Amino acid sequence: MERNRAGWMLWLYCLYLALPVYWLVTLAVQSNQDIVGGFEWVPSRVTFDNFAEILTNPVWYSAFGHSITYVLLNTLISVTVALPAAYAFSRYRFMGDRHLFFWLLTNRMSPPAVFLLPFFQLYSAIGLFDTPLAVALAHCLFTVPLAVWILEGFMSGVPRSIDEMARIDGHRLPYFFFRMFLPNIRSGIGVTVFFCFMFSWVELLLARTLTGSEIKPIAVVMTRTVSASGLDWGVLAAAGVLTIVPGIIVVWFVRRDLARGFALGRV
Amino acid sequence: MRSHDQRAWFGVLPVLVVVAFSAVIPLMTVVNYSVQDIFDLSSRLFVGLDWYRETLRDPRFQAALGRQLLFSALVLAIEIPLGILIARSLPRRRAGARGNQGAGLWLVVIAIPLLIPWNVVGTIWQMFARPDIGLLGRALNLGGLDFNFTAEPLHAWIVLLLMDVWHWTSLVALLAYAGLASIPAAYYQAAELDAAGRWQVFRHVELPRLRFVLIIATLLRLMDSFMIYTEPFVLTGGGPGNSTTFLSQYLTSMAVGQFDLGPAAAFSVLYFLVILLMCWLFHVSVMRDDDTGGSGGT
Repeated sequence: MERNRAGWMLWLYCLYLALPVYWLVTLAVQSNQDIVGGFEWVPSRVTFDNFAEILTNPVWYSAFGHSITYVLLNTLISVTVALPAAYAFSRYRFMGDRHLFFWLLTNRMSPPAVFLLPFFQLYSAIGLFDTPLAVALAHCLFTVPLAVWILEGFMSGVPRSIDEMARIDGHRLPYFFFRMFLPNIRSGIGVTVFFCFMFSWVELLLARTLTGSEIKPIAVVMTRTVSASGLDWGVLAAAGVLTIVPGIIVVWFVRRDLARGFALGRV
Repeated sequence: MRSHDQRAWFGVLPVLVVVAFSAVIPLMTVVNYSVQDIFDLSSRLFVGLDWYRETLRDPRFQAALGRQLLFSALVLAIEIPLGILIARSLPRRRAGARGNQGAGLWLVVIAIPLLIPWNVVGTIWQMFARPDIGLLGRALNLGGLDFNFTAEPLHAWIVLLLMDVWHWTSLVALLAYAGLASIPAAYYQAAELDAAGRWQVFRHVELPRLRFVLIIATLLRLMDSFMIYTEPFVLTGGGPGNSTTFLSQYLTSMAVGQFDLGPAAAFSVLYFLVILLMCWLFHVSVMRDDDTGGSGGT
């Protein structure tokens, strides 16, 4: 009886989660006339023209390209600088370490809107405006602290004795770090890459402000389409479906460790 | 025990360089702007705290702040209890329970909204709720209700709340589930011996053990809802009127739309300080959790 009620509760919640996504997918496989024309639970005329439009129209596919460029750049920078820092935080005590850690955390929590104005002026001043690097660096504001935080959690889970063993065996720190330590936290790196990727991929405000006509990211193109007068809901829905895909691909690789990332409360 | 070694600073150095570039310099610039009146780049005037006073007295700022507080309060009031309820409904590996394979698949399904880009969350809900093409909007209108979230502030708020609950309850549920999973079966057996009812089990066994996880969930949701931008921007654009314009959106329109450097900068600093306070509370509670060996982290 109690089990039953819990089961109902879960099914209901999942229905709530699934319905909007279902609707997005049905819109994505209909032509615009059919969408505006009538109301159907299950689309009667399925078409993949919307996806074809995105894959052949340079405005759409280059926007995807721009987004992926700066997201990858950002992920690369974040993980590279966060690895040594996370190691330092997890293994050593040094002057001001707790304050520094807290300060990093505040960056993850600060509203991007606060940094909008100076970013815009700073990047314009040094000629980075409207380049993928500008967005990648701006997104470091929250991805670097996030990466340090997640990696530190995983690194602290590795027993300190392997560090000491390596020292006794006479391995130098770089050798130990790359050949022995990193393989131990592979899953942690996977989760970190996922979240850096995700947070950079979904960010709209900074990406919108720091890009002009040259490297318009996909999120911006999607909102522009919304505001345009003669908008094509089918294509927009198809773009929505496609923006979910990279996340799903990445999550597939880290599916086993993801729960732990969430469970640590570090997301 | 971690060993003392000041050379560890070298490990932190790269992060400091990157964060200095992406956070410290911009923040200092904002502070700098917030105390000056800038006509152009060559003529500036130190005005002290004038911009702060002006911002705090600005009725549009007060309105946006009020809406923000209301939104965050509602979000927390719905998402935290619902998240706990969902977490409790999930099957748990418990001694004596039958036919129980754990909650693996459920967890994956529940995590899905967390993995959808935020602007797409807005797009999805717009398409779902619109009265002309949306499932929800059309169904309500067919049911005889006059529903249009693009024109009615109340409807816009309902859709916005439904969207945020849809988007983030799962995070609370996952955190609470992790907390529940860490409760030893012996606790439940003891409660059973005492013939405790369901509510009593929840109140005296589960809730105390969930305390830290719930603090984390509450603060995460509070901070994130406090800086919400993308979803309302896509869904309602802050409208109808200004009825769903929150702090981030108002700040953005000030900074980029009107280019009011001084007031926008003062606003930014105030905004940042509020978040900083919440962040500090968060940090203190996470660190306390660590010391007591809870399930919150390292």
